[in-house]
Amino acid sequence: MIAELGLAALWLAAALAVLQLSCGALSVWSGADNEIAQLTRPAAILQGGLVGTAFGALLWVFGITDLSVKLVAMNSHTMKPLIFKLSGAWGNHEGSMLLWVTVMALAGALIAAVERRLPERTMQATLAAQGFVALGFYAFLLLSSNPFERLAQPAPEGLGLNPLLQDIGLALHPPTLYFGYVGLSVAFSFAVGALVTKQVTPAFARAMRPWILGAWTFLTLGIAAGSYWAYYELGWGGYWFWDPVENASLMPWLAATALLHSAGVLASRDALRVWTIMLGVVAFSMSMLGTFLVRSGILTSVHAFAVDPERGSFILFLLALYIGGALLLFALRAGSISEGERFSVASKEGALVVNNVMLSAILAVVLLGTLYPLLTEAFDIRVSVGPPYFNPVSAIFVFPMLAVMAVGPLLRWRRDNWGRISRELALTAALTIAAIGLLAVIFGMAVLPLLGLSFAFALGVASFLPLRGRKLTRVPLATWGMVIAHFGIAVSLFGMASESAFSEERLAALEEGQQTSVGPWQVRLDGVEPIAGPNWTALSGRLLAAYKGGEAVEIEPQSRNFWAPPQQTTESVLVTRWNGQLYAVMGGEGVDGRWQLRLWWKPFVTFIWYGGLLIALGGAFALVGRVRTDVKRRSAERRIAARRRDEEAML
Amino acid sequence: MSWRLWLPFLVFFAFLGLAAYQLTQPRDDVVKSAMIGEALPYFDLPPAVSEQPGVASADFSDGRPRLLNIWASWCLPCIAEAPQLEQLKEQGAEIVGIAIRDKPEDVARFLSQHGNPYARIGRDDLSEVQLGIGSSGVPETFVVDGSGRITYQHVGDIRPEQVPILLGELRKAER
Repeated sequence: MIAELGLAALWLAAALAVLQLSCGALSVWSGADNEIAQLTRPAAILQGGLVGTAFGALLWVFGITDLSVKLVAMNSHTMKPLIFKLSGAWGNHEGSMLLWVTVMALAGALIAAVERRLPERTMQATLAAQGFVALGFYAFLLLSSNPFERLAQPAPEGLGLNPLLQDIGLALHPPTLYFGYVGLSVAFSFAVGALVTKQVTPAFARAMRPWILGAWTFLTLGIAAGSYWAYYELGWGGYWFWDPVENASLMPWLAATALLHSAGVLASRDALRVWTIMLGVVAFSMSMLGTFLVRSGILTSVHAFAVDPERGSFILFLLALYIGGALLLFALRAGSISEGERFSVASKEGALVVNNVMLSAILAVVLLGTLYPLLTEAFDIRVSVGPPYFNPVSAIFVFPMLAVMAVGPLLRWRRDNWGRISRELALTAALTIAAIGLLAVIFGMAVLPLLGLSFAFALGVASFLPLRGRKLTRVPLATWGMVIAHFGIAVSLFGMASESAFSEERLAALEEGQQTSVGPWQVRLDGVEPIAGPNWTALSGRLLAAYKGGEAVEIEPQSRNFWAPPQQTTESVLVTRWNGQLYAVMGGEGVDGRWQLRLWWKPFVTFIWYGGLLIALGGAFALVGRVRTDVKRRSAERRIAARRRDEEAML
Repeated sequence: MSWRLWLPFLVFFAFLGLAAYQLTQPRDDVVKSAMIGEALPYFDLPPAVSEQPGVASADFSDGRPRLLNIWASWCLPCIAEAPQLEQLKEQGAEIVGIAIRDKPEDVARFLSQHGNPYARIGRDDLSEVQLGIGSSGVPETFVVDGSGRITYQHVGDIRPEQVPILLGELRKAER
């Protein structure tokens, strides 16, 4: 019953998307102020409610483990803890696509409900575009991936959820990432709306900016969470593998970062009009492209999603329709959007343009590396593109970008001269050069980590320079956001460079009672014992780890055997100190009765994710700041309008 | 209207064509050995069970073509292909086995349960020989001609209908 309710709600929502599309399009066609236009916003809002209901129904059937629903029987199990039953709802293809449309419809409902700044015609075009995009995904869900399909005969027991996914990281990672991906669909719809009506104004950028900020913040969190999950759950000791699926989340982030900055220029200075529109289209295109790459299985990836060429064709069709359509519209329309304001090279705009070029170049590098195997396979050549390409080639653009990032925020809008900020420039340059020299002499490390550490250090200091000479309580929240996010980049960079420069690894085969060392740690194998969990059994090693001869902590890495579905996983254990992490993985028993242990000491590795959190926090600050300013500005405008009416009435 | 504005559309269109082409291509999950047509690399493996001799690359140069079966006692498809290996042996094929990452007692148990078609069995504890001849999994079966050259690779378990194919490849290797 609940499953049928969910399915009915989904069909109704799809019908409302048709209504939203046709009303929006008709009202744009015929001028916005007629009765048809009145229907567009309610259609979007009601649609959000209906899809929310459908998603609630899916959570419900997973919560009670209704085994007559095929998706539940395939992906859940009565013995699972409730939190993993619920997160199992989106730990599969159908459920995750439902989550996608849910977030999308809720975002659509929100713009329909609150966005009143844009000209009504642009708004109608935006909502029509949003309805059009949503419609494709409804069709995809309902025609090829129905999450509510029933089994003719209820299953006696579920098949279980992949044990790697039975983890709190999975409960959070996909939803945050989807909030990010789909938030960008709003920016996309805004861009399409503006292309249709050719009204690309600062007001348009201000309306779009909170959505970009929100999406960008969630994307940042999603990527950080995903990277940490891969780091501790897979037990490989790495945090980023340049895998197609990881790149699929990085590319929209790069595009969104560029968009965020160019929208800032458009909002403040009415420049970069066409470029901002282009990025608005590209950012969401990258999200869709990522979905296509992940779901079609067209590229080989360590992430084994359930892949299906038929679904791949469907998504490719959607891609052609939406991205192709938007780019076609861009090619036809963008030429007639007039150029924005001019600015000099030595200005905030100038720095932001350089930043945009660098970010776009990094995006191109990642995109090319990700798609390259697809190209060569067409000629029957198999290649695998990995860190030896991605790291150095993207570094060519990353370091200049970091340099601009340190300096750019100090510049004034429109026109500035370098002499005014010469002291800050000198300080930043001196810090970088001193750090490079010092590190090269002391550690003699490789080029990339050396540059990474030095730039992290200089940027860490430079990111606070925009606050100099200002009263801290008067600094706008959005500026705080920028400072925190830029500092977060420095922190994260420091973590990455330190991990790559100073990590130590030890592969040891120990008998019970023997010990080994890794970095400053002494690790003793105290014993190995079998233990049983709710749906698994494990061999659990008892290790005593002591940092620099201090008091030992007991840690228990496990090699787990799940029985529904049968699969072996390693449960690594991390000992976190302020200055790094000890990472322990339990292997199997060797032929001679010794136990295999894999240990890493990774100095300051946690800074990678602390930095990620800071970046997201900066995004959140900026979002709150922008929304607050907008609300104030609007109430001020209302007051002025009211006073003017009063004055006119008095006359 | 500027031609540059069409550039993103054209790039996307090129990607679209490429992706559509790749989607229609059959996915080929088999990792082909690069060693087909090449001589076996040098190796000398100790016996996997005490009753039978180990395997060395020198054993393959006496002029007689053989099947080289890569398998393991812990591998389920290896159980499925056991009857087909028996059949190949009955039809005159000499089969040499290499047990991958295995224990002598497990190998012995497997042979007593599922039959022993092997003339000799070597143990390859670190998959060194397996990787050396370009095999990426178990089971795989190679045809090696009388001069020690790999002429054919069969990936996965041998199905009953594939027995004649392997016999044919063995005959081809004789010439």
